[in-house]
Amino acid sequence: MIESISGISAVYIFLLAAFAGYEVIAKVPVILHTPLMSGSNFIHGIVLVGAMVALGHAEGTTEQVVGFFAVLLAAMNAVGGYVVTERMLEMFKSSKEKKNG
Amino acid sequence: MGSLIEVVYFVAVALFILGLKRMSSPRHAREGIVWAGIGMVAATVATFFVPNLENFGLMIAAIIIGSGIAFVSGKRVAMTDMPQMIALYNGMGGGAAAAIAAVELLKMSGNHAEMSHSMITIQLAVAGAVIGTVSFSGSLIAFAKLQGWLRKAVRFPYQQLANLVVFVGMVSTGVYLAFVGVDIGIIIFFFLLALAFGVMVTIPIGGADMPVVISLFNALTGLAVAFEGFVLNNAAMIIAGTVVGAAGTLLTQLMAKAMNRPISNVLFGSFGASGGGAEEEVEGSLKPIEAPDAAVMMAFAEKVIIVPGYGMAVAQAQHKIWEMSKQLIDNGVDVKFAIHPVAGRMPGHMNVLLAEAGVPYDRILDLDEINEDFATTDVVLVIGANDVVNPVARSNPESPIYGMPILNADYAKNVIVIKRGKGAGFSGIENALFYNDNTRMLYGDGQEMANQLIQGIKEL
Repeated sequence: MIESISGISAVYIFLLAAFAGYEVIAKVPVILHTPLMSGSNFIHGIVLVGAMVALGHAEGTTEQVVGFFAVLLAAMNAVGGYVVTERMLEMFKSSKEKKNG
Repeated sequence: MGSLIEVVYFVAVALFILGLKRMSSPRHAREGIVWAGIGMVAATVATFFVPNLENFGLMIAAIIIGSGIAFVSGKRVAMTDMPQMIALYNGMGGGAAAAIAAVELLKMSGNHAEMSHSMITIQLAVAGAVIGTVSFSGSLIAFAKLQGWLRKAVRFPYQQLANLVVFVGMVSTGVYLAFVGVDIGIIIFFFLLALAFGVMVTIPIGGADMPVVISLFNALTGLAVAFEGFVLNNAAMIIAGTVVGAAGTLLTQLMAKAMNRPISNVLFGSFGASGGGAEEEVEGSLKPIEAPDAAVMMAFAEKVIIVPGYGMAVAQAQHKIWEMSKQLIDNGVDVKFAIHPVAGRMPGHMNVLLAEAGVPYDRILDLDEINEDFATTDVVLVIGANDVVNPVARSNPESPIYGMPILNADYAKNVIVIKRGKGAGFSGIENALFYNDNTRMLYGDGQEMANQLIQGIKEL
């Protein structure tokens, strides 16, 4: 189905993604540490995609049950992470506007 | 179809990274999460079209149930409880990564003969399983602690040894799975050991170190997701997971640095439990003050600095405190808020709460920005903060918090401390500041006391 990612290119992807993650966070004011942790928590909610594939390929009851929980937990990670981050950042927006207005 | 899905994943990953970048500046922070959210929805929808998938009923049911629970709990939770919710959702992510690994390992155990998986795939699945499971059980313990279900740092004799035994057991079963063969009994044993290790590593850690630990688990979950991404051949998971792993590691370092505690100390040290030095008697006495007198002191001051801590969050006093500050500002008093990097239960926790109450940015200052100012300040109002203003961190090398940078509240002319009752801070250490000659204790609930202060200032 999907083009396979060969060994060495996987290592390159890993390396470059690590640099990207490091750079993006490098200059962050303390004020945003909590929202940012929450935001990155949301982003690893992408595990949902993998959980869906795992459940989609599951055969037999055991695999299905474990796969079901994978999707359930992943969905909680993604949705919960989004809601909490959004609520935190919403407040930053309002205080900013108050200040400007 | 396959390549179209790949394109959607590519766009989603780009949105994640750009979104994270946006989130790192206050001005665009909110757009950042929206961008990342769009990426997530797109990637999820695209995944339904991956060829040869089955069990759609279960899939949709799980998504609806999980999303529903998370949506309601995320919307309902009070701002003060945010840190533990982050821990909880992070644990869910770790658990999901571990469950993916479990499904893949179960598949492998089913068909030894026509082994379609290469050795490296199994090894990565096992590595992701360990990390994800430890992050899962560890995050749940962190959640329980911050939620107050598990109060104390749990310690017992030979704890390090017990941890080591579990660790060695976990690694050896993992190595067995990865290199010798996949067997269902060993898979179960392996996951049990990893669960136990996550619990054992987290229970002895004191509450003050929790933010660092949660951040670390966040990074670990990212890494676990990346590993499972390799197993499933999914570039979106690899990249997003790795980005979070790296960003989370850096965040963890920044936090540990702010507390002046190397990460190894947080994990293997014994914060708040060291004997001797911490038990030392503090000289002086606690001198109480009534709210009206405190109100007078502040109203006639030129410069007031407010130091908020977790106690303010618990009392939900931030709105009242800001109302009081506005009165003082109207009276011509220069009011500033001083935020210690680890005030509250997470870096930036106090900033979030004050922003919620409507305090403008320019009145909220970091430790580095404001520490010089304490010496020229008339009144420092400490509300619900404790360890972050404890001068013992400067003076007593025996103290467990020795060396942690603190807000120099004790240099101010007067200090008023709003506190619910006597008793030590989260680290369990007596606070020498409270016994100083120029310190007055205002005992009571934070919100109630803020109310009384507002009344007091009004009546002047």
